Amino acid sequence: MAIPEPKLRFDTDWTYAPAPESADHARIDPQYGLFIGGEFVAPRARGYFETINPASEKALARVARADARDVDRAVVAARRAYERAWSKLRPAERGKYLYRIARMLQERAREFAVIESLDGGKPIRESRDVDVPLAAAHFFYYAGWADKLEYAFPGRRAAPLGVAGQIIPWNFPLLMAAWKIAPALACGNTVVLKPAETTPLTALKLAELMRDADLPPGVVNVVTGAGDTGAALVEHGGVDKIAFTGSTEIGRLIMRRLAGTGRHYTLELGGKAANIVFADAAIDQAVEGIVNGIFFNQGHVCCAGSRLLVQESVAAEVIAKLKERMETLIVGDPLDKNTDIGAINSAAQLEKIRSYLKIGQAEGGEMYQSSCPLPGAGYWCRPTLFTGVAQSNRVVQEEIFGPVLAIQTFRSFEEALDKANNTPYGLSGGVWTDKGAKIFRMTRAIRAGVVWANTFNKFDPSSPFGGYKESGVGREGGLHGLAAYLELR
Amino acid sequence: MARRKSPAKSGAGATRAGARLPVAKTYKLYIDGKFPRSESGRYYALARGDGGVIANVCRASRKDFRDAVVAARNAQAGWSRASAYLRGQILYRAAEMLEGRAAQFAAELMLQGSAKRQAEAEVTAAVDRLVYYAGWADKYQQVFSTVNPVATSHFNFSVLEPTGVVAIIAPEKSGLLGLVSNVAPAVAGGNTCVALASRSLPLSAVSFAEVLHASDFPAGVINVLTGFREELVEPFASHMDVNAIVCADLDARGARRVQELAADNIKRVVLRGGTNWSSAAAQGPYAIGDTQETKTTWHPIGA
Repeated sequence: MAIPEPKLRFDTDWTYAPAPESADHARIDPQYGLFIGGEFVAPRARGYFETINPASEKALARVARADARDVDRAVVAARRAYERAWSKLRPAERGKYLYRIARMLQERAREFAVIESLDGGKPIRESRDVDVPLAAAHFFYYAGWADKLEYAFPGRRAAPLGVAGQIIPWNFPLLMAAWKIAPALACGNTVVLKPAETTPLTALKLAELMRDADLPPGVVNVVTGAGDTGAALVEHGGVDKIAFTGSTEIGRLIMRRLAGTGRHYTLELGGKAANIVFADAAIDQAVEGIVNGIFFNQGHVCCAGSRLLVQESVAAEVIAKLKERMETLIVGDPLDKNTDIGAINSAAQLEKIRSYLKIGQAEGGEMYQSSCPLPGAGYWCRPTLFTGVAQSNRVVQEEIFGPVLAIQTFRSFEEALDKANNTPYGLSGGVWTDKGAKIFRMTRAIRAGVVWANTFNKFDPSSPFGGYKESGVGREGGLHGLAAYLELR
Repeated sequence: MARRKSPAKSGAGATRAGARLPVAKTYKLYIDGKFPRSESGRYYALARGDGGVIANVCRASRKDFRDAVVAARNAQAGWSRASAYLRGQILYRAAEMLEGRAAQFAAELMLQGSAKRQAEAEVTAAVDRLVYYAGWADKYQQVFSTVNPVATSHFNFSVLEPTGVVAIIAPEKSGLLGLVSNVAPAVAGGNTCVALASRSLPLSAVSFAEVLHASDFPAGVINVLTGFREELVEPFASHMDVNAIVCADLDARGARRVQELAADNIKRVVLRGGTNWSSAAAQGPYAIGDTQETKTTWHPIGA
């Protein structure tokens, strides 16, 4: 098949006027304490650290660094709230608090979106249209479960676990907080939440919102800090359940730490999803799906379609169209409404991505990047793809967590399936074909917890999410997500 | 020298002139649809109350376990793709085979120290448990699957799929029913498994493997090892091609060790303790769910 000539002249008529979302409306305090027992309190010993805007490298606010004693205070507050308030409340009333939180989040959606983009670097288009609305939807969805749990587990009686320690990542800071807090509270637990070190602000704003919603003190506590704060939460004997989203490496450590304690855990870990494009797919749609799969949120997505498996007969066409489409992607100011790819979340993450770019080339892969201009200050990475890579290459096997796509080809269904399943991960996958029977044959055979057919990176509070194999244990979202916060008797 | 007694004909040595010497069974492992001895050549003697030897039981090695995992992995794709109806029929067939050999199993349990009534009750309970899970094989999906009302224009549904290869440390004090109660839910749900039998009550496990062999279970779907828990629990928990480990009645130290090692490949760990295996509470679809994964599929609705 002839490869189409590029249709668009990017060097002449392809500039957008700046369209920044105003940040005036968003209030960020100069300094945040720990949210414990319904109020912001100073950390006992370890002071504050700065959270910066990765698009400018300028500080946004100072945030408390919690040590083990601070974590203990938070756990004690959560336990007290569990015993005295939350477990005594009628389930329908628990649900009404969650409804109220959902509504208030909707009311303050713009402010949360702006702060999410400022603190984490994601494009305002995504924080405005995906992160914040989905976070509100999660609270709204789980609110309704609070007084209906007896219908979720036939033949069993469901009871809350107690205090849940929740450790969340920096890629969807507010959304992950909602994923964790909403089902935990609906099921009758109280929470100590540890946001990621580089993105604490929306969790702290959410704490403010919960205080404004008159949520009983201690039902949700937020302790900020780095890995050692999270470790203190995992090690705390007063925590009945740990819910963690992050790397497989840390997930393993948590599993080992919890061994023999009888405490519950769910883990949402890494991924290296295959996005499989058959020759009979709608190619233009598939190209859009590939772009969404790997460049959504700078590729900082555990379920990203970071491996493209494309059938050999259409590979040249798909790759040519993909490169052309990549050329249209705007990398820049996260607050600009035209931005497609925002800032890489942190200097450390940018360093990690760059090291993989070197590794991929050293392994013999051919690297291609779009030619877009990059801003001066801040952390940026152009959309990148590798061709000519082998299954054993590290850029094929390991999670990069950046806008880097590894492309392999296949001839037969079986070859595609073998390659798709040949990593230790099993979080997600994608299939593109117009043949219904082929879709279901592949979606059944992929060993992954979420499979998108002719779409990618879609999320919904009613839709269970979680991994097979080394991508994690347990599910979040939907009816299945309730099990993570209940004991069945 | 200790005399060997046939489990089938307990207490029947050929002491009188003209009497027939019973044929004693060699108790072997069950791996990949075959009955090998341990590759290690090791055994342990199962002793009677009076010091006599009931049987020389295979003391399975790590290598036997690895071989069994290979067999279970090779059988995984076929068994998980087998129709739920077929899985149910094969489990039911196992119940039929066990029922037909109830006397043999009761005799074996009595030889290992059970009272007659207790032995007979354990065998019938094991038969009924197989029938119970045979019935679930094509129903748990309907109970636990969902169609999810997502806000976007997508058809979205979640179904259960088997976790994969399951390593099972069977209960120590319930040689037949305990084994059946842990193996049946795993395979009803499409998993393949390697089970370690009770060390002190191993005979019914080996004979149960013969029942399985006669029940149309494809080779490798269920593998049964006999041996020492303390030397096999670590390989069971650390094997990188095992997806889940189910352990009955581990002490606190053992449970901790299993969970630590399981972290190497994020195995699912299912600890079952303090269960009265003969009670109705010891069975249920949630035992199937313990070794299932939820898969959610999205598809656009539109032209």
